[in-house]
Amino acid sequence: MNSGMSIIVRTITRLVYGLALVFGFYVIMHGHLTPGGGFQGGAVVASAFALLLVAFGAAGVKGQLNAHLLQTLEEIGALAFLALGFVGIGTAFFYNLLANSGSLFGGPVVPLGPNPGVFNGGGMLPLMNWAVGLKVMTGIAAVVIAMLVGARKEETE
Amino acid sequence: MSIGNLPFVVAALLVAFGIYTFLFKRNLIKLVIGVSLVETGVNLFLVTLGYRTAGVAPIYTFAPEAQRMVLPTPQALTLTSIVIGLATTALLLSFAVFIHRHYGSLDVRKVKELQG
Amino acid sequence: MTALTNHAPVLLIAIPLLGAFAVPLIGKLGRGARDSFVGLIALITAAVAGLLAASVFGRAGAPGLYVLGGHQGFAFPLPSGMSVPIRIILEVDGMSAFMALITALVTLTASFFSFSYWKERSGGTMFYALLMLLTAGIFGMELTGDMFNFFVFLEITSIAACGLIGFRVWLRNSQEAGFKVMALYTLSGLFVLLAVGLLYGQYGGLNIAYLASALTGSTIDIVALGLLLTGLALKAGAVPLHMWAPDAYGEAPAPMSAVLVANSQASLYGLFRILFTLFGVTISVAALGWILIALALLTIFVGVTMALIQNDIKRLIAYSAVSQIGYMLLGVGVGLAVSVAKPDFGFVAMQGGIFHMLNDAACIGLLFLASGVIIRATGTRDLNKMGGLAHSMKWTSVLFIIGAFALAGVPPFNGFASKFLIYEAAFKLSPFLAVVAVLSSILLLAVFVKVFQAAFLGAKPEGLQSEVPMGMMVPMVALALVVIVFGLFPGFFVDKIVTPAANALWYGRDAYMSLVLGGG
Repeated sequence: MNSGMSIIVRTITRLVYGLALVFGFYVIMHGHLTPGGGFQGGAVVASAFALLLVAFGAAGVKGQLNAHLLQTLEEIGALAFLALGFVGIGTAFFYNLLANSGSLFGGPVVPLGPNPGVFNGGGMLPLMNWAVGLKVMTGIAAVVIAMLVGARKEETE
Repeated sequence: MSIGNLPFVVAALLVAFGIYTFLFKRNLIKLVIGVSLVETGVNLFLVTLGYRTAGVAPIYTFAPEAQRMVLPTPQALTLTSIVIGLATTALLLSFAVFIHRHYGSLDVRKVKELQG
Repeated sequence: MTALTNHAPVLLIAIPLLGAFAVPLIGKLGRGARDSFVGLIALITAAVAGLLAASVFGRAGAPGLYVLGGHQGFAFPLPSGMSVPIRIILEVDGMSAFMALITALVTLTASFFSFSYWKERSGGTMFYALLMLLTAGIFGMELTGDMFNFFVFLEITSIAACGLIGFRVWLRNSQEAGFKVMALYTLSGLFVLLAVGLLYGQYGGLNIAYLASALTGSTIDIVALGLLLTGLALKAGAVPLHMWAPDAYGEAPAPMSAVLVANSQASLYGLFRILFTLFGVTISVAALGWILIALALLTIFVGVTMALIQNDIKRLIAYSAVSQIGYMLLGVGVGLAVSVAKPDFGFVAMQGGIFHMLNDAACIGLLFLASGVIIRATGTRDLNKMGGLAHSMKWTSVLFIIGAFALAGVPPFNGFASKFLIYEAAFKLSPFLAVVAVLSSILLLAVFVKVFQAAFLGAKPEGLQSEVPMGMMVPMVALALVVIVFGLFPGFFVDKIVTPAANALWYGRDAYMSLVLGGG
């Protein structure tokens, strides 16, 4: 996996990479309204990272993806998820404290259907989606890089 | 349109193929593929449980009026199962990488140092 | 304090998870910070487990409910009029609290033992993260009241356990063991998921109490029961599905083998919960009880005989751990077989089987920690190559004798108390069972006498070994104290903590269901 693939693949990857990232973030962000959510969007973003690795090879990506940074971000994502669970501990763990609480989150009851002006009808759910999405994207990218480095070390021995 | 029992039959076939692959193949990667096939069969089974005849996707925004929806709970179960399958397969493949590094081959018959 | 007690079930899962996620970040600050953080998390977890047990046993084992993410009344009527409880709940009754106590004891001692174990090596940060993840998973399996939640925690423990088994990647045997165990654990988890899917497709709910009330004994239910039995028996290590157990317990680092035993006991708890509370009276419990008894006899016998021929000390203790699972199955199997007529000896059998879970966890934990000390001192795992350790390691030899005799059922240790209950009750059901059980205990004693003679007696080896450091000694002494105290006052402990647990399984099905479904 030292060298990447042909020039056609590399050019297309450069074009598609940004689109894949944006699509992945969209899937994470709209998880509470449309199909998607934390894991699904995180997997899409991680597959964009994996596409980068496959197209450019390990040598080409060395400067871009730092394994330590990925691990730290992964832990921050996991801790953020748990912290969001603890926010509503007055009633119960994982209690949705922000839903239906007025102003940006909608009045006493948010009706079904499109609600213009209600910024976030799901309360804590999109925040948890972001935390899980961060963890999944960095986690899967770290796993792929670790396996790639492991295979490379074996070839050079 | 009714789908009959076809998805359940396919799920059972996938599980059977997966177990056969796991029991009778010799390459470690093929064992992992067998486990993955069983996972796929179980996931298909779970998703099919929620299907209701002539149902649409369970999304409330701009949903068509008076339409039956498929159940969303089995979809959540399947998603969880897919995530678990990802972690499991990653761990199995890491072990396969290390076994290849230590033993030099991926043949199950050669990787039998622990006996008795 | 009441708020802490109210939230105790979920804190018991959330605090080890918090520790698991935070350890890599704190590990960057240095080894001392990491060790003290892990120790703090272990102590807090044990304290919360004690608090939970005190509150549950204080109200005589009546179940308590904790709804994740909602207020108490969470079942709302659907438009069709059907009312199904929909949130994920944690339901803690006497049996769950008992298992939580066992897990807290084992993980606390294993964590403190690991501190000294990892002083001489690097890479401990990820080890502690996996250990705390495994702890959170085991607590989750024991406290949950929802079938799919049980499956999720089952898989969490499988992944964390296999990560720990294959942790030392420089040893080739551990990678082979890790691969085999992971594949088998995954298949067992998939069987459980298939069964949960079958039950959900039939009845539309995942809550254990709701399923218990809605179950009929149809063919699909029997298929689901068979799948659950296979999956959970595989994970618990019952013969003939035990092949992974010696590899797993033998290749894991020494403190982790004890926690893996807690892992197997948690899946055994899952099996009991399903048989008694979920299926309860809707199936022919006599036939099922006899199936359990047959499995138990096979496990006891095969475990001990395979332990006789081992040369490797950890595989030997692993096989004896497998055979002890058989004793627990025997006790509860006898109880299940007679649970329709409910004679007195059935309840005694349940008490014996459940008490043996605690005793076995303490004894096997002590033996595995002692074996870790022995391997560290002699540098080898082969019994033929070691010898003469009693000259320099007097404390370790005494602790090893205590653990071995307690496991074999010699009075006045705790193994004798639980095994005697099992012998007595099994004899009333069928004398053959008691004969096999007693003979296997005697064989186990012979096995451990052989181990003691090989490892500790004999000529003094060259290169004098010093006694183990205090960090490794304290957890072993704590476990030995548990062994001795529970052996000297078994009646007190059986009344206070084992009887509520046995009650919860034996009589408590209706209380369990009515707590969730709203009292009739």
